[in-house]
Amino acid sequence: MKLKQISVFLENRKGRLWEALDALANAKINVRTLSIADTSEFGILRLIVPDPDRAKKVLEKGNFTVKENNVIAVEVADHPGGLAAVLKVLSDADINVEYLYAFVEKSGEKAVVVLRTENTDAGIKALKTAGVAILSAEQVYAL
Amino acid sequence: MPDKERKDLQLERLRDTVRKAYKNVPYYKKRFDELKLKPSDIKSLKDISKLPFTTKTDLREGYPFGMFAVPGKDIVEIHTSSGTTGKPVVAGYTRGDIDTWGEVVARCLTMAGTTSRDIIQNGYGYGLFTGGLGVHYGAQKIGAAVVPISAGNTKRQLDIMQDFGTTIITCTPSYALYLAEALEESGVDRNAIKLKAGCFGAEVWTEKMREEIEERFHIMALNIYGVTVIIGPGVAHECDLKNGLHIFDDHFYPEIISPETLEPLPDGERGELVFTTLTRQGMPMLRFRTRDITALRREPCKCGRTVVRMDRITGRSDDMLKIRGVLIFPSQIEKALLEVKGVEPQYQIIVTRPHHLDELEVQVEISKKMFSDEVRHIEEFRKKIEAHIEKSIGLRVKVTLVEPKSLPRSEGKAKRVIDKRQL
Repeated sequence: MKLKQISVFLENRKGRLWEALDALANAKINVRTLSIADTSEFGILRLIVPDPDRAKKVLEKGNFTVKENNVIAVEVADHPGGLAAVLKVLSDADINVEYLYAFVEKSGEKAVVVLRTENTDAGIKALKTAGVAILSAEQVYAL
Repeated sequence: MPDKERKDLQLERLRDTVRKAYKNVPYYKKRFDELKLKPSDIKSLKDISKLPFTTKTDLREGYPFGMFAVPGKDIVEIHTSSGTTGKPVVAGYTRGDIDTWGEVVARCLTMAGTTSRDIIQNGYGYGLFTGGLGVHYGAQKIGAAVVPISAGNTKRQLDIMQDFGTTIITCTPSYALYLAEALEESGVDRNAIKLKAGCFGAEVWTEKMREEIEERFHIMALNIYGVTVIIGPGVAHECDLKNGLHIFDDHFYPEIISPETLEPLPDGERGELVFTTLTRQGMPMLRFRTRDITALRREPCKCGRTVVRMDRITGRSDDMLKIRGVLIFPSQIEKALLEVKGVEPQYQIIVTRPHHLDELEVQVEISKKMFSDEVRHIEEFRKKIEAHIEKSIGLRVKVTLVEPKSLPRSEGKAKRVIDKRQL
């Protein structure tokens, strides 16, 4: 139920984001979704790709600092209150959300939310118990 | 050698050096006359403090051959300093000086375990810089096979290291780390490398760097010290106990002075290292101010050598940074930085003065251990480094994280400080 995410350290320098994505493009790695956390001095690029291990190698070869970690992908109804319902589950279970980002699947009916909780296993357990649809890695890549 | 015997020898050689400097170097004659000093006034080793100092500026005024004490026909080799801060400083050697040079460097290499069966990969630059040829002469004295590869060309360095079965390496410590990094990246099996020891010097380095080099290369890393105008490399070297550098004080007489008052300091106190040559023929030096900061130790070393020792150089009196009125050495920042677990020894110090107040920025390359997908964790790490540096040097600094391998790597001396203040 866990989904692998690739994080990349980006110095605030012109063209650095392009260089990272260009490296992936050259390796024919398609990006499912991404988000960027930015501070005044650096950024963290977070990526969901179909082949995270290969993406990590490609980026490391390009001298990027890369880390792999687990996140949770859940399906959320694309209407008002959809995400709020998911967050309430976690809040009630006293689980902190570190960050999240979302994208809408191609059919446009459902949204997918990528969640990073302090403890991934605890997050999955709470969401499952509440009946939230957690997507497997294969399901996310197939979207 | 018993203490009394050594002191007698030093005094005899000192008096001889002073006599020749006065007689044959017009610069010294002038200085002595100004001070109303005669060579015969030097009656004991203590009298050395009566002698005038010699600085790089004095040497530049005598550029090129003003400090030579012998006719040109007796000079067989000439070297210069890098000249990055002005006109280069010239060093002239007689055949006897070259012989002495080989002898003292041979002592250094022997301390690292070198015998005639070893292969020395000499990564110090050959040419005007004394590093390359100095080590070369020492290796020849021992009869070891020296590979005069010089600095740079990392790929060839690694190839030769494997193919020739190099056992001893000599280069700057920052280049040694660079080579170790390149070796790891090349994926070469560590067992294919026969290196057992290295003599590293020509720049300021730290114990932490020693640990890194020793761990990454699986070798014993020893500290070599030299001064161009004194002889080049071979002035002092560590024994395998790594308990300070043994100064070859039968050839080079050391003193420690306060860089501010110029008064001699007692043993054990940190100050500027000053050398007087005892056997140099081509270019005797009286109380040459090295600008290097260290302390002298006279307790005998467990290795059995009785010569005086000096601590690892911790900075240069002209590298001293005055930040908001506080004197600090880049090496202090490096030491603090490397005490934080997970930090790699790749950094640069940038000094600016944006609003009439000095700001110190330390750029550190992020390591895998420091990186996280969460901003919070990276920020915590960054603040931890800032807090540790502030605690160690008493100055607030700003730490900026940069990408790995983004700071300039040196194949010679590492440029650690960029002072952008316009004073």
